[in-house]
Amino acid sequence: MKFQAVIGLEVHVQLLTNSKIFCGCSTKFGAAPNSQTCPVCLGLPGALPVLNKKVVEYAIRAGLATNHSIAPRSVFARKNYFYPDLPKGYQISQYELPICINGHLDIEVEGEAKRIGITRIHMEEDAGKLVHADIPGVGDDSCVDLNRACTPLLEVVSEPDLRSADEAVAYLKKLHQIVVYLGICDGNMEEGSFRCDANVSVMPVGSATFGTRAEIKNVNSFKFVKQAIEYEIERQIELIEEGGKVVQETRLFDPNSGTTRSMRGKEEAHDYRYFPDPDLVPLVISDDWVEDVRLSLPELPAARLQRYQAELGLPFYDAEVLTATRELADYFEACLSRYPQAKPVANWVMGEVTRGLNDSGLAITACPVTPDLLAELLKLIDTGTISNKIAKTVFEEMWQTGKAPAAIVEEKGLVQVSDTGEIERLIDEILAANQGQVEEFRGGKEKVFGFFVGQVMRASKGKANPAVVNDLLLTKLKG
Amino acid sequence: MKITRADVEHVAKLARLELTDEEAATFTGQMDAILAYVDKLNELDTAGIVPTAHAVPMENSFREDVATPSIGIDNALANAPSRVEGFFRVPKVIE
Repeated sequence: MKFQAVIGLEVHVQLLTNSKIFCGCSTKFGAAPNSQTCPVCLGLPGALPVLNKKVVEYAIRAGLATNHSIAPRSVFARKNYFYPDLPKGYQISQYELPICINGHLDIEVEGEAKRIGITRIHMEEDAGKLVHADIPGVGDDSCVDLNRACTPLLEVVSEPDLRSADEAVAYLKKLHQIVVYLGICDGNMEEGSFRCDANVSVMPVGSATFGTRAEIKNVNSFKFVKQAIEYEIERQIELIEEGGKVVQETRLFDPNSGTTRSMRGKEEAHDYRYFPDPDLVPLVISDDWVEDVRLSLPELPAARLQRYQAELGLPFYDAEVLTATRELADYFEACLSRYPQAKPVANWVMGEVTRGLNDSGLAITACPVTPDLLAELLKLIDTGTISNKIAKTVFEEMWQTGKAPAAIVEEKGLVQVSDTGEIERLIDEILAANQGQVEEFRGGKEKVFGFFVGQVMRASKGKANPAVVNDLLLTKLKG
Repeated sequence: MKITRADVEHVAKLARLELTDEEAATFTGQMDAILAYVDKLNELDTAGIVPTAHAVPMENSFREDVATPSIGIDNALANAPSRVEGFFRVPKVIE
């Protein structure tokens, strides 16, 4: 029997606010344990939550960017369960009336476009953190840090529209790119700012009903998502083929072994007894508010990708690379506004700049070659002051020193030689020293031409103007 | 709706309450009576009426996104039955 996988993703997006969702405690990462807490996020009796307005604005942003309807009225609900990292005994979330409904994202896998439905986006608070700290005398006990409790999250719930691990990863990457572009999430998966649970089931190909699903938790990189889903699909198929049955359960992904394993004993805990939170009044969002947020949205990656191809005439590949992150696209456009030729700028940004960033581990925002400097460099090539090849040498020097390209060219004597007299002298020397190859060329072996060009360029230390070299060489060899 | 003993035991378990046989029997009867009382509402036709989540006719109570000082680690831990360094200390939870 052939099987078909069915996958839905639940993604938690941690929002880049200054303060928590229901209190004024700071959300800064890495503070001393429990130093960012107050009666609200500690769940002390009588403390009342008040909603952070920024969280609502960010939720609207995310909703609009992923084609959702924004609910004119939404309500917070309590999700009840016991866990030591959850001080109130319930998590404030949204249930029946979430803020965003009926969205979608378009993904592309192996050249095929597909629309993935998004059921909803809702706002909720994060729980605290259980730490197994290496403190003398603690033994087997766990330590609780509530700094993260009450940190604002969006939960983005997809429809079960994904059919392979690759589709799941494509969807996840797209969503990640959008929330980072929107400036509402730092996208750091290792620190847990963007995390994913995957619901996976399999069914016989052509079946109309889905199989029983398992929920996989703890997948914190794109690579692990792919691994975890692929493993889980295989596991379920094997289980069914051996006559077994998939049980509905939560499974934990283990990055070390690349496998998933059952988290036992949580079955009954799934009865969350949601009810509207009486401490929080309903949220009413006017059309005006939605329109204000819509107007404030940055250009999204899909629109930018389109524009780079249609208006700047860049190939799809270039457009995709340049729009991968907002910062890179912003850098590219800053260069372009100073040197308005898209293709050469694209080549430099995707080539030297990207290589420099990879080698140094720097972010594009810390790139030592600023858009101003890169544009100046390109202008020097245009005016014939330096060749493209020398420009790369100059670029490296700019990267190291932060100096202006003109100053480096001057300092190092890198000005291109276009003076025919000087180049002619070099050519004569080289032809004289390589009579054998001259004969070969004249005998019809034109490939030797490249050899001569190389020799002349080397003799000039790369400074000879290649166009002039070509012309002169041809005249002399043919003459 | 009829409340059964199984319902009471289930809810008690979710709430981490340990009930004696006697208590379970008492609560089954009491909860059933309470629900029967509330059931009276079903006599009304509520089609087309928006569910009321809140008794107070209020909406949109916000705070601005400004970080304010926290209460300090010692205050936060003042009521903790057990602490270690800056942490709450709890029995090990097995996942």
